Amino acid sequence: MIAIIDYGMGNLRSVQKGFEKVGFDARIVTAKTDIEAAAGVVLPGVGAFSAAMKNLEEAGIVETIIDQIKAGKPFLGICLGLQMLFSYSEEGTVRTPGLDLFPGAVVRFTGDMKVPHMGWNQLLFRNRGEAADGIPDGSFFYFVHSFYVVPEDPTITMTMTNYGYDFVSSITKDNITAVQFHPEKSQRMGLKLLENFGRLAK
Amino acid sequence: MAKRIIPCLDVTEGRVVKGVNFVNLVDAGDPVEQALKYEQAEADELVFLDITASSDKRHIMLDVVRRTAETIFIPFTVGGGITDIATIRELLNAGADKISLNTAAVRTPDLINESSDMFGSQCIVVAIDAKWTDDHWIVYTHGGRRPMELDAVEWAREVEQRGAGEILLTSMDRDGTKIGYDNALNRAISTAVKIPVIASGGAGELSHLYDAIHDGLTDAVLVASLFHYGIYTIRQAKEYLRDRGVTVRL
Repeated sequence: MIAIIDYGMGNLRSVQKGFEKVGFDARIVTAKTDIEAAAGVVLPGVGAFSAAMKNLEEAGIVETIIDQIKAGKPFLGICLGLQMLFSYSEEGTVRTPGLDLFPGAVVRFTGDMKVPHMGWNQLLFRNRGEAADGIPDGSFFYFVHSFYVVPEDPTITMTMTNYGYDFVSSITKDNITAVQFHPEKSQRMGLKLLENFGRLAK
Repeated sequence: MAKRIIPCLDVTEGRVVKGVNFVNLVDAGDPVEQALKYEQAEADELVFLDITASSDKRHIMLDVVRRTAETIFIPFTVGGGITDIATIRELLNAGADKISLNTAAVRTPDLINESSDMFGSQCIVVAIDAKWTDDHWIVYTHGGRRPMELDAVEWAREVEQRGAGEILLTSMDRDGTKIGYDNALNRAISTAVKIPVIASGGAGELSHLYDAIHDGLTDAVLVASLFHYGIYTIRQAKEYLRDRGVTVRL
């Protein structure tokens, strides 16, 4: 079973339905024990970074998530679920600390481009984890975000995407895959990524 | 970034009244089935326009939204007769990615601020129906029946400033004509705002899509009747655009 963590940051039905569509049992969960019992953990989330961190803390599952990741359980972060893995976010007036599993910042787009970065954009692969099987370089995925991650360790970058300039649109390291885009809204390529993750979590 | 092709389905009381006559549909009137066909045909997004007259039948649309969100894996927008935050929340919770406001945004512009503050600009679309009158475009409301004393370009600037994430721009002069989008209107609005503009009204040929993007400077094209009789597929439209240097998702 794949556990999709519900901590009050957006509709998670599409993610669940996406996994079901490609043949995996996925459940929307809130309880610590359900997260621990799962074969794979998905941390989704849309909205404000600070609200997301606060909700995770209030749900009392910060340590659970970190423990599961450190224990090597397959983990997929989506959108805020990518951003929260980093040290801190510059969203809001003060820096909000993240889970700090990877050193690095979450910063806002600068320049003349429209923010949020919204729509279909391409993945340019730097590293190919197993989660990327069958997804050609240059594939389009659906993005909706105003902030992106800047990892201190460039080797964790899985893909870059160009929006005025290149930014890190996904990372991969060991059991962790985390993406800025929305696989559950990226049609067949998105489903392919969910399927790959589902296989890793078997 | 890819330019988007967005089919629009008119829905009343949970049934499609203006959609595409796909072959092999079990029930051509089922919006969810049509949505799935469009997704498989490589549509980038979908718009449902709920033209249900009575608001006491609104729950039917909620069910359509819920079932659609469980069936397709591309973003979709719901518009038509939405007037309050509670309805916006219900539709987003049911799985809609974006909400489109039209008459209510003109009547109560603060609704744009409130909804975008609460749910994020990315999910608030403002639909503008515009018609050339004397020497400028004016805004119409109530499904294009009622003229407002409101300049469309100024209104577009205002909705952006109030927090709209996108503008769905319909030319009432061109809607249903099949002679092409109003690219003077498209250009006037696209250059007045920084948020994405979706062109609507007038597509009859593939070249019209290219013109709306190239001459009208829009980010996306809404299509209803162009694919109606299966003369063109979305894929053909995308190949046509790609061959002319437009970035599309193929």
